Amino acid sequence: MTSVQLLALLPFMLLATASIIVILLIAFKQSHTVIQVTGFLMMCSVILAMWYVRDVLPVAVLPLLVVDGFAAIFTGMIIFSVLVVGLFSFIYFEEREENPKEYYILLFLSTLGAAVLTISRHFISLFIGLELLSVSLYALIAYLRTRNNAVEAGLKYLVLAAVSSAFLLFGMALIYMETGSMEFNAIAQKTGTTLSPLFVTGVGLMVVAIGFKLAIVPFHLWAADVYQGAPAPVTSFIATVSKIGVFAVLLRFGQAVHLQANSLAFTIFAALAILSMIAGNILALRQDNIKRLLAYSSIAHFGYLIVAFLPGNEAGVEASMFYLLAYSITTLVAFGIITLLSTRERDAEKLEGYRGLFWRHPILAAVLTVALLSLAGIPLTGGFIGKFAVLTSGVQQGLWAPVIVLVLTSVVGIYYYLRILTTLFAEAPSIAKKEKVLHPFFYNAMYAALIVLAVILLGIGVFPSGVMNGIKEFLAIGGQ
Amino acid sequence: MILAWMIIILMAGGLICWLLARWNKEVVKWVALLAVLLDLILACSIWWQHGGVPTSGANAWLIDYKAAWVPTYGISFHMAADGLSLVMLLLTYFLGTLSVLCSWNEVKGRIGFYYFNLLFTLTGISGVFVALDLFLFYFFWEVMLVPMFFLIAIWGDSNRRYAAYKFFIFTQAGGLLMLISILALYFIASAQNGAFSFDYTDLLGTTMQASTARWIMLGFLLAFVIKLPMVPFHNWLPDAHSEAPTAGSLILAGLLLKTGAYGIIRFVLPLFPQVTADVAWWAMLLGVVGIIYGALLAFAQTDIKRLIAYTSVSHMGFVLVGIFAFREMAMQGVVMQMVTHGISTGALFVLAGMLKERLHTRDIGRMGGLWTSMPAMGGVAMLFTMASLGLPFLGNFIAEFLILMGSFGSNVVITVLATLGLVFSALYSLRLLQKVFLGQPSSHISLPDLSMREMLIMASLTIAIVLLGLYPQPVMNLVSPVIKGMEKSVSFEMNNHQSVISIP
Repeated sequence: MTSVQLLALLPFMLLATASIIVILLIAFKQSHTVIQVTGFLMMCSVILAMWYVRDVLPVAVLPLLVVDGFAAIFTGMIIFSVLVVGLFSFIYFEEREENPKEYYILLFLSTLGAAVLTISRHFISLFIGLELLSVSLYALIAYLRTRNNAVEAGLKYLVLAAVSSAFLLFGMALIYMETGSMEFNAIAQKTGTTLSPLFVTGVGLMVVAIGFKLAIVPFHLWAADVYQGAPAPVTSFIATVSKIGVFAVLLRFGQAVHLQANSLAFTIFAALAILSMIAGNILALRQDNIKRLLAYSSIAHFGYLIVAFLPGNEAGVEASMFYLLAYSITTLVAFGIITLLSTRERDAEKLEGYRGLFWRHPILAAVLTVALLSLAGIPLTGGFIGKFAVLTSGVQQGLWAPVIVLVLTSVVGIYYYLRILTTLFAEAPSIAKKEKVLHPFFYNAMYAALIVLAVILLGIGVFPSGVMNGIKEFLAIGGQ
Repeated sequence: MILAWMIIILMAGGLICWLLARWNKEVVKWVALLAVLLDLILACSIWWQHGGVPTSGANAWLIDYKAAWVPTYGISFHMAADGLSLVMLLLTYFLGTLSVLCSWNEVKGRIGFYYFNLLFTLTGISGVFVALDLFLFYFFWEVMLVPMFFLIAIWGDSNRRYAAYKFFIFTQAGGLLMLISILALYFIASAQNGAFSFDYTDLLGTTMQASTARWIMLGFLLAFVIKLPMVPFHNWLPDAHSEAPTAGSLILAGLLLKTGAYGIIRFVLPLFPQVTADVAWWAMLLGVVGIIYGALLAFAQTDIKRLIAYTSVSHMGFVLVGIFAFREMAMQGVVMQMVTHGISTGALFVLAGMLKERLHTRDIGRMGGLWTSMPAMGGVAMLFTMASLGLPFLGNFIAEFLILMGSFGSNVVITVLATLGLVFSALYSLRLLQKVFLGQPSSHISLPDLSMREMLIMASLTIAIVLLGLYPQPVMNLVSPVIKGMEKSVSFEMNNHQSVISIP
């Protein structure tokens, strides 16, 4: 391993170090605050390291990994999300029944798994990354183990994730049998333009596992229960970090083997996208639990994202990156609000609890409004530009069926976002209960972070060119 | 730049209103009024500068402003105003001022957020009237939607949530289909021009196969006829209009519906000249259906605001017939109809709002004999119901006359049927007046007549409608170069009695 390769892996090594440092801090009986602040600084250092090594990219660490601009963007998004999730976690776990400290070990390990996914170019690293992500998530989801929902959610995730891993391994084995390689580029060379049935079967089995992680229909059955049962910060982690990582590897694999050029694979993905958009939006219609609602909405959103995956060209990749960015910020904002409003005993998940929020907490409600409008894809927000980019890439390739479904289902989707919105602005029940803020510093930090995120969301909605150029610049680094 | 300033003033005014409401509720109203008045003055100053000289030839744009926005996609901040835009802007700020005035006392709660939404709706509307970049146009098209949704959903009547959802979802469905059409057009045009651009002027000369053009055109047309609204897409209108607060109804009827007509004139006709001629017959037919159906339903309503809402459906049918007649005269009539309908129906909604403020009901059955206690209001109501039924000397007469006259040359049967609409409009208008203001008084509580503020609102509306009825020439002068300019691209057969449209 050369020094350049080591340098390129620096951000990922820092990420791995973060969990070890947390273990040591726990061993030396440091307080939750110290761990939180250290974790925050470590994540910042990962981002700085990423920025620092940007000039040496792309670097291939053969045969498993490649650090390029593509990975840098996705890792950046992941770390950014974890920064925010970490911030949410402090207040949430400080007030809950469980010891909060071990949580951070799992959180950072899981993040490492997601980050490894973004740089993997080989089935082995893909599998390692995915397992690292999943295994930590089992524990994270069931972290508040005295709550019924949490245990149920954790078990559900454990069983289904294990099954999907088996599918993944079998799919990989079939592809290996056909091509004799596990490296994306080597596979692409072996297969050429026409893909054999065995290969497509292998891909199909892998799709089951990937689809499970992304919660696209028909592999979405865990989503609502896990979203509901997991602690709010963990839910936001699942909705952002874990999905970003898996989507990144799907995108890289698709690009490498030109999956979309194969009509059968293309049809499978198009069907998955259409099913997810329809089912996600329709199932969300009648939800009264905001966490479940967001679960179904995220199913629909990944349907939209697969539409950007379908063209398999540069425009599609850029569109999906922008969309993921807007989606992650939006989701983080929404779950941040849920975290802030949650009480010791239960998460703020009942829609009824949000009635008249605008008149009680105008700023929080305004921030949530921005997030909901962004999810619905209304102009002035990042979600609109994301949806616009996705539609553009779809229309460019003439993918009429998915595009039309996207449009029609997002009209359906607007209904449930509006339902939340009208609840926010409805007449408030007149109970002006002033809760005592327990940790003013972190509370205010979170408040500020939510406002900043909402402003960013509006910012990229009105002036998207900066972000778009940034994405283009990074993608130009190393087209492996 | 002056156009961008108009937008900025409204947005800034809205934000200031929201922020100020915490400290002072009175100032908020004045800030909102000031912002709209400032824009009205700006629009008038443009009129003053350019109105006298009828521009002709290739460049019909009075003002043109362009700045880069998202160069990656070829999106620019391109705004321009020609005579048509200017007329619509003047109407927007005129009615905008009145909408601020008429909510002066009506809105009690959450005043800052209310004016924020009001001004942002106006921002979106004025943006729609001046945007020349199709992305920007879509952007404003959506921007006017969300605040309007809040206006209905928060300050509306009892059934407000249902109405607000319906309004939003109908319009959004049309809007998204339009977005796909815009994108399709964008890629076809960029393949021809070799550069990505959403600019209206770049997209104007795009040639494409008739079948492709038809689909793309339908996407645009659907968005616009939903907004207009054309039967059978009118379903959202009665609910939204009747549940919205007075200012909301005023803006909906007076301005939002006009954006649909404006969109057809500005985008559908010039961008797809051939295929629009193919659907013209159907559009005219549905227009006529709208005229008659709207009038009949208006006659059957017991809710005063719903009644007025259905008259809008009827009047907008005239607009549709006029546009698709492809005659210069009819098109002049359409623009007149847009302006006069905005004023007369707006006035009726304001009156309905005043009645509701006093009687706390919208049920016509519980009104009656109000003339004795409120003679001034009765007189004004008389004037505007007469305007609505198309009495000569008032603006609506000119508009409907021009439309009928113009479309007679294009399609005799449909025009004859459309004329029936005038008869029906007499029915519902007279019924409205008779039930509400004449007859036996239903209660003996003395009601206060128009206050100074209300008098001011009604007086300005009255002056406007009478002036337009007696001397419509200024509007026509502004608009005629635009229509003449379209003549070239749309191959109007002006004043020519040979039918352009083959009846299938």
